[in-house]
Amino acid sequence: MGEMEELRKEMENLKDQITAARKTFQDSTLQEAAAGVTVVGRVQLKTRKTLRGHLAKIYAMHWGTDSTLCVSASQDGKLIVWDTITTNKVNAIPLKSSWVMTCAYAPSGNLVACGGLDNMCSIYNLKGKDGNVKVMRELAAHTGYLSCCRFLSDTEIITSSGDCTCVLWDIETGTQKTVFAGHQGDAMSLGVSPDFKFFISGACDFTAKLWDIREAECRQTFGGHESDINAIGFFPNGNAVITGSDDATCKLYDLRADQELLTYQDSSIMCGVTSLAPSKSGRLLLAGHDDFNVNIWDMLKAERVGVLAGHDNRVSCIGVSTDGMACCTGSWDSFLKIWN
Amino acid sequence: MAEAPQQQEQQQQQQEEDEEEEQLSSVEETEADEESEEEAKESVHTTPTRPLLSMRSMSMVDPNDDSPNMIVFRKIEDIVTLIQDEEEGVPIRTVKSFMTKIPSVVTGTDIVQWLMKNLAIEDPAEAMHIGSLIAAQGYFFPISDHVLSLKDDGTFYRFQAPYFWPSNCWEPENTDYAIYLCKRTMQNKTRLELADYEAENLARLQRAFARKWEFIYMQAEAQVKIDRKKDKTERKILDSQERAFWDVHRPVPGCVNTTEMDIRKCRRMKNPHRVKKSVYGLVEEGTQSQSPIHTPSHHCRKGTKEDVEKEILFLNTQIDRHRMKMSKVAESLISYTDQYMDYDQFVTAQEPANPWTSDDPSLWELEASKEPSQQRVKKWGFSLEEALKDPAGQELFLKFLESEFSSENLRFWLAVQDMKRRPQQDVAQRAEDIWAEFLAEGAPSSINLDSHSYERTSQNLKDPGRYSYEDAQDHIYKLMKSDSYTRFLRSNVYQDLLMAKKKPETEQGRRTSLEKFTRSVGKSLTGKRLTGLMQSS
Repeated sequence: MGEMEELRKEMENLKDQITAARKTFQDSTLQEAAAGVTVVGRVQLKTRKTLRGHLAKIYAMHWGTDSTLCVSASQDGKLIVWDTITTNKVNAIPLKSSWVMTCAYAPSGNLVACGGLDNMCSIYNLKGKDGNVKVMRELAAHTGYLSCCRFLSDTEIITSSGDCTCVLWDIETGTQKTVFAGHQGDAMSLGVSPDFKFFISGACDFTAKLWDIREAECRQTFGGHESDINAIGFFPNGNAVITGSDDATCKLYDLRADQELLTYQDSSIMCGVTSLAPSKSGRLLLAGHDDFNVNIWDMLKAERVGVLAGHDNRVSCIGVSTDGMACCTGSWDSFLKIWN
Repeated sequence: MAEAPQQQEQQQQQQEEDEEEEQLSSVEETEADEESEEEAKESVHTTPTRPLLSMRSMSMVDPNDDSPNMIVFRKIEDIVTLIQDEEEGVPIRTVKSFMTKIPSVVTGTDIVQWLMKNLAIEDPAEAMHIGSLIAAQGYFFPISDHVLSLKDDGTFYRFQAPYFWPSNCWEPENTDYAIYLCKRTMQNKTRLELADYEAENLARLQRAFARKWEFIYMQAEAQVKIDRKKDKTERKILDSQERAFWDVHRPVPGCVNTTEMDIRKCRRMKNPHRVKKSVYGLVEEGTQSQSPIHTPSHHCRKGTKEDVEKEILFLNTQIDRHRMKMSKVAESLISYTDQYMDYDQFVTAQEPANPWTSDDPSLWELEASKEPSQQRVKKWGFSLEEALKDPAGQELFLKFLESEFSSENLRFWLAVQDMKRRPQQDVAQRAEDIWAEFLAEGAPSSINLDSHSYERTSQNLKDPGRYSYEDAQDHIYKLMKSDSYTRFLRSNVYQDLLMAKKKPETEQGRRTSLEKFTRSVGKSLTGKRLTGLMQSS
C-alpha cells in the first residue's frame, strides 16, 4: 500500500513541476493579446433548412468534404446521407444495431462509418457497383461502446471507445494497426489534425490527449476540466485544441505552448457541452449544449456573441462544413438544422 | 436519505393533535441526515409560507459527485435554495382566490425578475431559458398545468419538495405510477381528476398489471387513508408536488422527457441499476427486466500501479519539453483568424450568394471551376498548404516549378501522399515505384535529398511501409515551402492571376501601376535567374 502512495506522490510532484514549467512561458494571455482586435459583434445565424426524417434521437452527424452532403446517425437505427441544399435523402441505410452513437464521412466521399453499443465500427460503401449500400467491413475488437470514429482515408480509420482506448484500423483487412491506450476513462471523442499526422482525444478522465499516429504514442496531455470531456476538435490552423465538457465550459489549449489558453464559460450556462465546431477562420466557436441551445463564442476574447435556439431537445452534434459556409446541428428532437 | 412522506405525516399529525385547535399551516422539512420541523403561522392574507424546504442552504448533491447530471442538479439546487430564502428570495405567499386560498405560490414574473437580478442576467430571454430549464427538471412547477414550462406572467408556480428532487435519482417503477393514478381516482376532487393521457396510462397499466391489481388497489387505498388525515392546505401543496414529480417522470405526451439519459453516461450514473426505491415505500419484489441501457457494471477504472508507473514515465518526458511563449502563440492565433476572417461566412457574408437561401449553386461552381476567383487565388498566398489544397492552386504551382525545372519535388511529395492512402497490399509496390522514379541512381525525376535523409529512406525501403518516405517528404516539403513557394508568390503566373479580376476603379489604377513596377522588377530578376539556370545545366 505504501508503494502505491509513494508512486502517487511522485506523480503529483511531477505534475506540479510541469505546471510550474508551463507558468514560466505565461508572459501574456490570449485575452490580453487580443484586446486590440476588433470586436466581432452579435452573430445571428438563421435556420436555412430543417432535415426531417429521423424518428428518434440523433446522436451524431458529420459533413462530407464537398460541403453539401452530410451523414447523420439516429437511434431509430438509420444512417442517413442528406443533400443539405434540397433536403433530400441521398441514402437511408438501415443498421443492425439501433444503439448508434457516432458516424463519419470519408474524405473521398466513398464511405461512411458508424458504431455504438455494439462495440463495433461498421464501414459502408456508398459507391457500390449495383447502387446498393452495403456493409463493407465490421471492425470489432473494442470491449466498450464506440463513441467516435474518423477516417484518415478510404483505407484507414481511427475510433475511440468506452473501453478507454483509441484504435487505428486497416479497413481492407479489418485489423487493428495501433492501439492508443492511456486514458483512464471512456474516450468520448476524437479529432484528426489537418495534416493527418496527429489526432486528439477527449475522455471521461477529464483530460485531452494528443497522439502521434505514426509513432503510436501520446505526445501531450491537457487537463483542467472538472468533468467528462464530451467533444474535441482542432483549431483550424492545427496548432491548438478545443474541448467541450460536462462542466459546461469549453477550453482552448495550444500545442506549442503546451497549456490552456482560454476557458469559455458563463455562470448562466449550466448544462454540459455535447459537441463543438470552430468556424472556418477559428474566430468563432459553436458549442452545442444539453439545454437545447448552441452558444457562439468569440474565441479570442472569450465573449459570447450569439445563441442558436431552435431545437426542442438536447443538441447532440454540430459541424461546420468544410468550406465554412454552413453549420449543421443535430438534436434529440430528431431534426437536423442547417444554419448560416 | 429522506423518508417516505407518509411516515413524516404521521409524526406530524401527532404533533398537531397535541397542539391547540388552530388553523395552522404546518410546514415540513426533509433533510438528508435528520428530520426537523418548522411551523409557520398562517394568516388569511399574505403571510409568507415556507414550502417544503431543506434546512441546509446547500444542494443535497454530494459535492464530490462529478457525474454529469449531478453537476447540473447541484447548480440548480443552489439557485432553487436561494430563491426560496426568507431574505434573499422571492416572496412566497398564499393567494386568496374566489372561494379558496392558494397556498405557497409565486408568479412566473417573480421568478424571472429574481433570476435576472440575482444571476446578473440582462436579457429576459436568457432568464426565461434558465427558468425553463429548472422548471423542466421539476424544481418548480405551474400549479394548474401538467406541462412544465415557465411563463413570464402572473401564472402561479410552486416549489418542489426536496424529497422529490431529481438528484435523489428516482427511477420510479410503473407500480408506483399505477398506485398514484389509482389513488387519484379514489378521491372525489376536481383538481385530482385525471387528464386524458393519464386516463389512458391508467387503462394501459390496468391491463399490464392485471394480476397485481388487487395489490396496487390496496396500496392506493392505504395512501388515500393517510392523505385524508392531513391538513387541507398542506394536502393541496403535497398533491401538487406529487403531481409535478410524475409530470417529470411520466411527462405529457409531446413534452420532452428530461429524465432521459445519454446512454454513454448511464452506467456511471449514481445508482445506475441497484434496487430502485419506491416513492411510496414499497419493497421491491422479484427482478425487473433490465433495459439495454443498463449494461452490466463496468468497473470504473481507477489507476492501477502499472497505470501510475506509465504516467510517471510520460510526465518525466514532459517536464523539459519545448514550449513557446504565450505571447507568440497568441499572436499566431490572432493573425490566423485575421487572415481567414474574410473567408468565414459567419463573420463576413461570402459572395456569390448563400446557396442555402438563394438555391444558387454558383458558389460551388466557382470553387470547383478551373478559373478561380481572385479571392480564391489570394488564399493560395496564405500558406503552401492552402495552395496545394486547391487543385487549381496545385496545378499552377506545378506549372511554375516546371518552369524552374524543379517540379520533381512536388511530384514526389504528391506521389507519397497518394501512396499513404493506398490499400495495405499496394503500398510496397508503390514505394518501389517511387524509389525508381525519384531516388534511385539515374532516376528520371531525381530529387535532391541530404545524405542523412537518403540513408534513412533507403533503410526504410528494406521493409517498405506507409511511412517509409516520411522523413524525405518532410525534407522536400520544407524545401518547397522556404524556397520555391516564396518565388512562386512573386512570379508572373501567380501575380497575373491575382490581379486579373479586379474591378476598374481609380484606386485600382494607382495600385496597378505600382504592381506593374514590381512585376517588371521581378521579371528582370527572374530573367536573370533563368538564364543562370540554363547556363549551369
